[in-house]
Amino acid sequence: MGGDRRYEIRIAGFGGQGVITVGKILGTAFSVFEGKNSVNTQSYGPESRGGACKSEVVVSDGQINYPYVRKADVLVALSCLAFETYIPDLKKDGILLVDSRSITDIPEQDQYRVYRVPTAEIASETGGVKYQNIVALGALYYLIRDHLEESSLREAIKENLPPETRDVNMAAFTKGIQYVKDHYQALGTREKSHGQGI
Amino acid sequence: MGKESEKHLLSPGVYYLQGSQACTEGAITAGCRVYAGYPITPASEVMEHAALRLPQVGGRFIQMEDEISSASVLLGASWAGAKAMTATSSPGFSLMQEVISFAIMTETPLVIVDVQRPGPGQGYITTSQEDVMQARWGHHGEGSIIALSPASVQEMYDFTIEAFNLAETWRSPVLVMAEETVAHMREPLTIPPQNQIEILTRKKPQDLGIPPHSFLPYGHDIVPPMANWGEGYNVNHVSLVHHEDGNVTKYDRKTHFDSVLRIKQKIEGNVDHISRIETRFMKDCRHVVICYGSVSRTAVEAVMEARRECGIDVGFLRLVTLWPFPETKLREVVDNVDTVFVPEINLGMMKHPITEALRDRCKRIVSIPTLGCLHSPEMILSKIYEVAK
Repeated sequence: MGGDRRYEIRIAGFGGQGVITVGKILGTAFSVFEGKNSVNTQSYGPESRGGACKSEVVVSDGQINYPYVRKADVLVALSCLAFETYIPDLKKDGILLVDSRSITDIPEQDQYRVYRVPTAEIASETGGVKYQNIVALGALYYLIRDHLEESSLREAIKENLPPETRDVNMAAFTKGIQYVKDHYQALGTREKSHGQGI
Repeated sequence: MGKESEKHLLSPGVYYLQGSQACTEGAITAGCRVYAGYPITPASEVMEHAALRLPQVGGRFIQMEDEISSASVLLGASWAGAKAMTATSSPGFSLMQEVISFAIMTETPLVIVDVQRPGPGQGYITTSQEDVMQARWGHHGEGSIIALSPASVQEMYDFTIEAFNLAETWRSPVLVMAEETVAHMREPLTIPPQNQIEILTRKKPQDLGIPPHSFLPYGHDIVPPMANWGEGYNVNHVSLVHHEDGNVTKYDRKTHFDSVLRIKQKIEGNVDHISRIETRFMKDCRHVVICYGSVSRTAVEAVMEARRECGIDVGFLRLVTLWPFPETKLREVVDNVDTVFVPEINLGMMKHPITEALRDRCKRIVSIPTLGCLHSPEMILSKIYEVAK
């Protein structure tokens, strides 16, 4: 990030998939545990209960004026509708993390750094499909790990989710990280992975 | 405040909260111990948080049957000596106008938060600045009002505290004119140590050494001292035209004129103490963007971009306080400009008092309206480029 540059993350899916929770956790990690400035906004209205729902986190070391995403550095898409709605706002060479079972066809995929993760499937194996968002968060963390510490996210998960679900959420988070590690082995630092759409 | 309730105040530090929650926390910090409300999107989170927090700090939370009764609770609570607040959204704000008028005439300190949503009617549930004129002119009759316009989660906290301080200082209803945008966004909120937060409370006759037998409920000063029920003073809250002693009989024209003029002038005559503006890049600028609330965030981004990318000499002015309208302060900083741009999430409302204040100070005033959503920087930039290039 560095200086006052904005780093813009958008997480999108169907209402109910937990994308709003992911935004809240990310914002908490960045601002409470990393000491950065961040703004978390969410779609509001009928679309937040079934349609294409989104949560955004804008991060900066400096002041954040306009609170919404202008051109996303990262798009996490958990549904086909969300993907189609928000892909036009993703930067060229931006990180595109998709649920691989929902989004199979990615036009112009060489424009982005594409990562396909079966988030719902991994969640089902871990404790239930409702943990899909935290699997996605784990995968996302590994892709943006130059920007924040794993421990910050784990603390933010603890702070934002019910204690009785902590263990399974931590497991889901770990599995998300592991999947990206296993399947995108070539990934080194940001620079090395730049422009890579596998 | 007892030790037990102090224990439940947020300890100093950084929190990641919604604007709505920050607003409720600000109220609690300011000493609010009565919250009455009726839920409505997008203001319900203020109430939800109040329902959780007020009992924890030894306060009272009550859900009423509608917005009129919710606001009415604040009157009684305030007369009994408590600091009280409610929050609503635009359709509910319409219903509260009756109580606002009553509170102006009875000089009752209370705080109403309006998380604005689009209208007219039920409109929609997204963001809006369509109630800024209703804030000033919605109540029947003369008198004035104080209205603040927060633009961040931190300001939802800070301005709610300020709203209580202003209400107590000027014995007036004070409005926090929030928008869905600031009420729902999450940002870091820094809670300072309690001893660094200024908390003001109403002046009482006891404080001024006025004994009960010579106390005048509407006398002694331009802002009369206020007696609480049950402390031995004659407490007379009347919204009919009244004399200094609260008597409503023996009507005469002069008393009518003088008492209502005082109620208006205690606010309007102190506009320089009450109202604030913020400025950036104003020195010798050729154009200026004047805005308030969350639009200020987009506007400052657009202004910086226009200056940086195209070298356009455009300044930024934000109304922190909407009412009383800080006309003198505007005229102090806007001297001779070509264009005043006024972006608002309505069809051009504050453009009118801005025009009245600056009509001889600029060549043109350009409204940049939108409805239901915050302007993107591009919306403001394209207008600046169209006019200024």
